Amino acid sequence: MSQTVVITPPGRLGLPRWSELWGAREVLYRFGQRDVLLRYRQTAVGVLWVFLQPLAAAGIFSLVFGTVADLPSDGLPYFLFSYGGMLAWNVFNQVVGRSAPSLVSNQALVSKVFFPRLLVPLSTAMSVLLDFAVALGLGVVLLFVYGVNPGWPVLLLPVWVALLVATALGIGVAAASIQVKYRDIGYVLPWALQLVLYASPVAYSVAAVPDDVRWLFEANPMTWFLEAFRWSFLGLAAPAPWQVLGMVAVSGVVLLGGVLVFQKNERLFADVI
Amino acid sequence: MVSVPSVSTTPAVSIRGLGKTYRIGRGGERPTTAVEAVLQRLRSPMARSRFTEFDALDGIDLDVPWGEALGIVGRNGAGKSTLLKILTRVTAPTRGRIELAGRMGSLLEVGTGFSGELTGRENIYLNGAILGMTRQEIRASFDEIVDFSGIEKFLDTQVKRYSSGMYVRLAFAVAAHLRTEILAIDEVLAVGDAEFQRKSLAKMRDVARDGRTVLYVSHQVQTVTSLCTSAIFLDRGRLTYQGTVDDTLEVYRRSFEKYAVEQREADRRPGTGALRAVVVAPDADVFDPAETKRLTVRVGSNADVVGHYFVSAHVNDVNGTVIAQCDSRAVGGWFDPAKEQEIRLSLRAPWLKPGRYSVDVFVCQMGVLDAWEGAATFEVLPGSPYPEMTLDEATAQGVVLADFDYESSVGES
Repeated sequence: MSQTVVITPPGRLGLPRWSELWGAREVLYRFGQRDVLLRYRQTAVGVLWVFLQPLAAAGIFSLVFGTVADLPSDGLPYFLFSYGGMLAWNVFNQVVGRSAPSLVSNQALVSKVFFPRLLVPLSTAMSVLLDFAVALGLGVVLLFVYGVNPGWPVLLLPVWVALLVATALGIGVAAASIQVKYRDIGYVLPWALQLVLYASPVAYSVAAVPDDVRWLFEANPMTWFLEAFRWSFLGLAAPAPWQVLGMVAVSGVVLLGGVLVFQKNERLFADVI
Repeated sequence: MVSVPSVSTTPAVSIRGLGKTYRIGRGGERPTTAVEAVLQRLRSPMARSRFTEFDALDGIDLDVPWGEALGIVGRNGAGKSTLLKILTRVTAPTRGRIELAGRMGSLLEVGTGFSGELTGRENIYLNGAILGMTRQEIRASFDEIVDFSGIEKFLDTQVKRYSSGMYVRLAFAVAAHLRTEILAIDEVLAVGDAEFQRKSLAKMRDVARDGRTVLYVSHQVQTVTSLCTSAIFLDRGRLTYQGTVDDTLEVYRRSFEKYAVEQREADRRPGTGALRAVVVAPDADVFDPAETKRLTVRVGSNADVVGHYFVSAHVNDVNGTVIAQCDSRAVGGWFDPAKEQEIRLSLRAPWLKPGRYSVDVFVCQMGVLDAWEGAATFEVLPGSPYPEMTLDEATAQGVVLADFDYESSVGES
């Protein structure tokens, strides 16, 4: 028989009950499945969107930054270079962008039924990862087309994806819980993400940044992820060891912080939403 | 089957000193955007946020043994739904401690978590998971769920194409097959047609018979009587009575009378008070079922009130169900506030069943000037308005007695 459940007033800060989250993993899976089904059902071109998004973005970037501005691309075709950046950026952007409004758009559920609410924003990562897998498949095709071999670092790609998703979820989970109370998060976040996109070397190379402000770009965690990504996917130079350590630290701290913020706000959900 | 502890000494649900306090904002709206919140803080940095506290529940102590179907009754706003929400952990308590000796499943509102774009089959899995079932459990009861809901043919149709009846039946079927040891139900049995309601009620009774525990909130006294083995009465957030179903329902009914006495003092009634009903009196204390029931409402005068006002009388049966709303607007009744008015109401149809009735009177303009619940009571005598003598079962169903006829003609073809 299942153990006794004790309900007491919530404390101010606390970590979620991990066993409970694990017990409800089926919800995570079903939510993810729903997201995927909803997005591909009744859309005219379905899975084609997943290819189209990074392809179009990489195309525009290579046209604007590679041809018009004539920026360097570390010796690779500009299209492939920016496609690699878009792969990583899309994972981050989509996880944050989909998890943040997830609680508000599921408010009927949140105010009527109990289940670990943390699963709602977390589940959005599933559909994003599926998109990523599809886009990565296309990326591999591009590698063959351009004759680029990244070598053994490609094995580390899942690690970078995991760290990036953890960071994005930390932000998304916190934003989702705050958006329950303050709806303007929904307006601020896309704008902030847009700024981060331009501030990070997604469409251009760090090498194109003048030396006197490069430290600014080097200090941006997003740069570390992009560098690591391009190392593993395109066979470019490896990121500095401190950046790798930084990625681990950032993803851990952001995820933990996001979950704590979420837990703090969670007790008000049903009353406020 | 569900494993239920054989040791029945530990209660299924144990509640100690439970309380829930809501903060109700005073002086304007709560900020809904972060910008507003910051601005408000900037404008008055020293001010503590202003609010009044409201105890939705206070000092609840309760033990529910295994195998009991507990009915929770009380007037509107007594805290019934809040109690269930806390027990199902949708919202958190402010004080106190609850121990649940098993998994808690809930049927708070059917169909929450259904996604219109998904098919019936997909929704069964999604909804089951949200309600706390494991995949094995859903798979094991899948056929039963489909069978119970009777939507077999539409299993792979998107739910948004379902009729509302099909939707509700499927939603209830999923929830009803929860295999949790404790089940909380809020007013969901009132869905579907009579046949489906009967099936649902039988299902709920089986749950209790299994030795599991059911907590049931309802305004429908009949379903409490037919489903529950004991009941509690909540009054303004406090548990004031616990006992057998019949005794508790008696307390519940009496609470209407007690409330009526309190409401006789005009100052204690809600409404702006610009005008108050002074006397509400039926012409007689007792009526026959088919007789026209006449009622006089005397409303005071107030020359400062601009325009005309209307009155509305709600006739409630003994269970608190509003069976008729007699709104004077519907028949062109507008009255002049400058003079004291004696307003006469004649209720001709429908015929009322024998029993006790109470009348709520509202005096309104744009807003409510006076809300007098339980302003008057009257009794309808046992007796049948129909021409033929019948057994009681011929008139047992229904809330009122209808004025009707049957005619037959032999089909020509």
